[in-house]
Amino acid sequence: MKKTYINGLGCISAQKTFDTVFLEEAELNVTDTILPLKAPVYKDFIPPAAIRRMAKGVKNGIVASTLALREAGLETVDAIITGTGMGCIEDSEKFLKTILDNDEQFLTPTSFIQSTHNTVGGQIALGLQCKAYNLTYVNGAVSFESALFDAKMMIEEEEASGILVGGIDETADYTMSLFRLAGFIKKENQGPYSVLESTTKGVVLGEGAVFFVLENEKKENTIAEILDVEIINKLEIAEVESSIISFLASKGLDIAAIDAVLLGYSGDVDSDLYFNNLSKNTFANIPQGYYKHLSGEYDTASAFGLWVGTKIIQTQNVPDIVKLNALDKQSYKTILLYNQRNGIDHSFTLISGC
Amino acid sequence: MVKGVAITGMGIISSIGNSVEENYNALLQNQTGITTVENIATAHADVIKVGEIKKTNQELAEELQLAKDNNFSRTAMLGTIAAKQAVKNAGISSINEYRTGLISATSVGGMDMTERYYHEYFDNPEVVKYIGSHNAGDNTDKIASELGLKGMVTTISTACSSAANAIMLGARLIKSGKLDRVIVGGTDALSKFTINGFKTLMILSDSYNSPFDNNRNGLNLGEAAAYLVLESEELVRKENKKVLARVSGYANANDAFHQTASSENGEGAFLAMKKAFKIAQLQPEQIDYINVHGTATPNNDLSEGRAIARLFGESKVPDFSSTKPFTGHTLAAAAAIEAVYSVLAIQNNVVFPNLNFKTPMEEFNLIPQTDLKHATIEHVLSNSFGFGGNCSTLIFSKSE
Repeated sequence: MKKTYINGLGCISAQKTFDTVFLEEAELNVTDTILPLKAPVYKDFIPPAAIRRMAKGVKNGIVASTLALREAGLETVDAIITGTGMGCIEDSEKFLKTILDNDEQFLTPTSFIQSTHNTVGGQIALGLQCKAYNLTYVNGAVSFESALFDAKMMIEEEEASGILVGGIDETADYTMSLFRLAGFIKKENQGPYSVLESTTKGVVLGEGAVFFVLENEKKENTIAEILDVEIINKLEIAEVESSIISFLASKGLDIAAIDAVLLGYSGDVDSDLYFNNLSKNTFANIPQGYYKHLSGEYDTASAFGLWVGTKIIQTQNVPDIVKLNALDKQSYKTILLYNQRNGIDHSFTLISGC
Repeated sequence: MVKGVAITGMGIISSIGNSVEENYNALLQNQTGITTVENIATAHADVIKVGEIKKTNQELAEELQLAKDNNFSRTAMLGTIAAKQAVKNAGISSINEYRTGLISATSVGGMDMTERYYHEYFDNPEVVKYIGSHNAGDNTDKIASELGLKGMVTTISTACSSAANAIMLGARLIKSGKLDRVIVGGTDALSKFTINGFKTLMILSDSYNSPFDNNRNGLNLGEAAAYLVLESEELVRKENKKVLARVSGYANANDAFHQTASSENGEGAFLAMKKAFKIAQLQPEQIDYINVHGTATPNNDLSEGRAIARLFGESKVPDFSSTKPFTGHTLAAAAAIEAVYSVLAIQNNVVFPNLNFKTPMEEFNLIPQTDLKHATIEHVLSNSFGFGGNCSTLIFSKSE
């Protein structure tokens, strides 16, 4: 069976994650409840006339996918697979607000056109003139992993040799105010907000666009291999450890074979209960990391997590700001990522250096 | 040809019926579901016609016996009804007994509740519960939860081709042995959001949609949900399951032409059909019926027609029809609805009529089947296309 290699990365996040090595300029923001992404210079990537018309997520998706393609040295791919929890919500908001405020009159189609979840994938295809397989997954915390899972399956089926896979989500003002009202976002002015040891509900919300070029061939620029991805809708806290053990066993591995584990701690006291036992017991002797304090929590934050994991393998270094415990390893070969939200949409992703 | 993936159950709720049987009877009797909108307060109520399911949210909630404080969107309720039917039809009693997944499709997710309470949220604590139901994935998670399904669950959103991609993914999951069975389909409720979206694009008909007619003037939106149960050969043998039909071909391609419009020669559609034939190892002349996407917009039918003429040869196109004059265009659910109709066509050896057709299109010589026709149906091809250039084709085949 063909293997799946990560041959290119592109990351737009709340941190400086382009034109840098690996989070050496990362800043920990503990005062805000929403972490906006650091916007790249769009005109370096997109014609100025097009920039004005594009939704935020589309612009960031195009830049991140361009960066990933450049790093992989590819002009085009034979599949574009994206994941997004909420899609281009700025445009959805804009269109819905106009409908409601103007009693369904005087509407223009632009924001409706941009509001569909698959806009980013469609626009990337349009830009690359790529007529190949194109799909968008929208299932909360496993939106990105669904895309990754599909991509790996396509390579195994030998239906594609090079694939763009990405996770994109954006913030938008009114939706954020609703999320705050519903308690999904932490209350304002109650900082400092810490993702670890949190005692409150809700999260610090973020946004980002992270793309990977996956290929079925190991090349000079290959960074890591994706060994497996598993998606499980519902688990009890007590079932997580055994699920991870059987996931690893299916690859002939055990806990001790893992060089580092990245946990999706979000700062929501209830949701994070799913990680505590793993951190304190299961992986007590394994270097551990977390990342949502840097990216913020959002449906496809785990794509940022995979970027962190891939970078650890590439640089053979776990930056202090990512460390969850004090353990170190001589070399980082095999890394496990585990993410979930409120006990739903669990994903295990296993990557390895090669 | 390849032995396709077994379909062992189906469920559907649409404007022409609340079950597979009701839908089939309506198709046989030319009963369309296109009416004036009742459940949504829209300024356009007098000028548009829709394929609306004539049940209120409260009636749907009662049917599902949901708790009073539930926060199901209409999309989630329709989806749950159809998915439950499919599971029952497949004779599944213990859903997690085998590796079972759910792949659903939606375009609007919980938009129906979001638009209803958008400005009310800050004043009425009772409706705040719906903020979390907007997310597309939340709708699928709810369906999974109602089915008691704990395994692989995901959602696809590629606009109007979404459910075709869900069925395709499901078939691939079974073929690759990653799952033993999977429930695949889609659900979308009518919303002001989509009504106004399509209205501003000026592709809503003010009358009854007439696919492939020279004077077609746009689509009627509809709402619906439908699901199929796909199972592995091993499971079919082991449980001695009745196979309704098989998913033998599938493909997805991108038109890469325009965010919302299809290319004039239907390149994406052509590529999707061509690839689906390759997967199915079938030749175009083996297709007995095409359930076309046929939205009745000027752009779609021209583009799709040209792609079909290119692939089959203009004089060799098999019987084809669009069933959207019955149901309206049900967006992300459309391909699942039409998958059920494709299976019904195979099971009963019928071609469903393309209602409202009068005048052939001047661009080509393609005449849809306008009356119910009885004929041997071995293979059905079903197209679905969406914004973002997404083009998908499915091929369904009679089981042995």
